[in-house]
Amino acid sequence: MARRIATVGITAALAIIFGYIEAILPFNFGIPGVKLGLANIVVVVSLYRLSLPETAGISLVRILIIGMLFGNIMSLLYSVAGGLLSLLGMALCKRLKLSVIGVSVVGGVLHNVGQLAAAVFVLQSPAVICYYPVLLLAGLVTGFLIGFACDRILKIIKDVHF
Amino acid sequence: MRMNKRDFVAIALVVALSLVGFLLFGRTGEKGKEVVIRSDGRLVGTYPLSENRELTVTLGSGKNTIVIRDGGVSVSDADCPDKYCVKQGVISRSGESLICLPHRLAVEITDGSEPDGTAR
Repeated sequence: MARRIATVGITAALAIIFGYIEAILPFNFGIPGVKLGLANIVVVVSLYRLSLPETAGISLVRILIIGMLFGNIMSLLYSVAGGLLSLLGMALCKRLKLSVIGVSVVGGVLHNVGQLAAAVFVLQSPAVICYYPVLLLAGLVTGFLIGFACDRILKIIKDVHF
Repeated sequence: MRMNKRDFVAIALVVALSLVGFLLFGRTGEKGKEVVIRSDGRLVGTYPLSENRELTVTLGSGKNTIVIRDGGVSVSDADCPDKYCVKQGVISRSGESLICLPHRLAVEITDGSEPDGTAR
């Protein structure tokens, strides 16, 4: 049990470091609000190597800490909505036997969808929905890149025991 | 890189959904007539796009300066951390919008057909 907790803690710390790197060195795609989502590498990899509850814990801890360090209450709300929807979708797609890249693409897209849904809810402005086609494609691209990295990482850490 | 058929189904679905979205919302070309400013879901004001003006919207959390000039509208200054609203530049077409998420502010352009500025 202690070993599990330590693994989850270290993995969450790694996700936070990725989030930190992205906060000080943003990969800008020229579209407002679109990020690469480096921390999702950790979430996708742990989805494959750790259990779902452990992954959910890592994701939540990461969102809360990154949100408190670099964001505000509002951005935290968007992140939680995006992170939760993304994780649920990825868990489902993994069960549906999609590859790592497919799972990551769905995760990237749903991350944006969740944030947009939160924005529509908070702003009470239907105009925000107009961003959804762009965000969908952006999630597709970032999800693919993250998935590609995860595919490689999972191969490399194949023999590592957690 | 190992991908399977289900991956491509998921990717095709995403692309299809976004294409539908572009067709639904991507109406460009028509010049808008009115600027609708909303914060926190409440209507702040409706202004004609043809009149130049500068206004500042103050919320509990912050300030946004909105400039209407030469038939376009932009957020010229804001004290939010990310400044995405400023970076979005000038918009002029009906259906376009500037969003400031931290301040819960939305600046939308309508064609003026709905005078109360509610949803299209």
